Amino acid sequence: MINPKVFIKGLKSNLGVRSPTISLGACFIALGALLKDAGFNLQQSVASSFFTYALPGQLVMAESLLIGTSLLNIFIAVWLVNFRLYPMTVSLFPLLKHKSQPKWKYYLSSHFLAVSSWLVAKEGYKKIDKKYRIDFWIGIGIGTWTTAVSMTVVGYLLADYLSKDVMIGLAIVNPVYFFCMMIGAMKNISISIAVIGGTILGPIVFLYSTEWAILYAGLIAGTIAFLFGGKNGK
Amino acid sequence: MLFCLEEKMVSSQIIILAIVVTSLATFVSRFMGALTSEKVSVKSKAFQWFNCVAYSTLAALLGRMIIFPAGVLADSSLIIRIVVLFICIVIFLNSKKNLVIPTILSAVLLSFFNSI
Repeated sequence: MINPKVFIKGLKSNLGVRSPTISLGACFIALGALLKDAGFNLQQSVASSFFTYALPGQLVMAESLLIGTSLLNIFIAVWLVNFRLYPMTVSLFPLLKHKSQPKWKYYLSSHFLAVSSWLVAKEGYKKIDKKYRIDFWIGIGIGTWTTAVSMTVVGYLLADYLSKDVMIGLAIVNPVYFFCMMIGAMKNISISIAVIGGTILGPIVFLYSTEWAILYAGLIAGTIAFLFGGKNGK
Repeated sequence: MLFCLEEKMVSSQIIILAIVVTSLATFVSRFMGALTSEKVSVKSKAFQWFNCVAYSTLAALLGRMIIFPAGVLADSSLIIRIVVLFICIVIFLNSKKNLVIPTILSAVLLSFFNSI
């Protein structure tokens, strides 16, 4: 059902100097500690990382609960902040498609889609036989997902021992890691424009619309990058 | 006492509902992405557009996380965050794109700068 060799290869992509494990671990440790402070118990914190597994959305949820936002508003706020997962899935899954593979594999494994696993898969898929790329993806995903869930537990248990400065230190790891990964991915003009444009527009649009900022900035910068890249043949 | 207990139970229910709502709101985008992917070919223009939008949306989120962070990061100063990010990117580019060194260093640097 799943090719074990390719699956293990995917799992192993989570090790080594380019691995997302450290950054993922650091931010989910910080999240575990934060959820404890927000009044979650251990099971709830684990459930949150297990079922949601998307850090910005989980942060939005914790903050909304603290200020007492309605569930509908939480839904909308989380959907907007995690909407990036939609274009990210569409820009990855077509690369993993193969006729011989059942659809349920794609539907279920879409849960593993996160920035870390996406960037690792984008970097490594070419080396894998087309037929088994989805198994490679499942390997990457199981690795990153397990790391996230287990580090939430660690963070929750360590919460009382983590000083504020350490928590702040842990929280910066994630954006730094992803910025480095994205700079590494800037191999053609359209991706470069997309990354630079998005970075600049994100905070600017945020000044006008906090909730819609990421979606608007992403659509505008992405479309400019696409049009410009298309004109220049790349 | 009884009132406190009741309040705690209500808040626990709200937490569970919030987890369900958050998970659904997140999975919608992933699942819709998997469905759309069935109709998108790698060679199509649509795929290229989605690719650009994916990178820029991600970059927008990261830009926002550094400039207007949520959570504990908001308690550090903006200049320090930008300096740490800049130092780490320079190290990344000069270390054959090693990611472990800049990520560990970023935590150490920010904790250090923030404590002085």
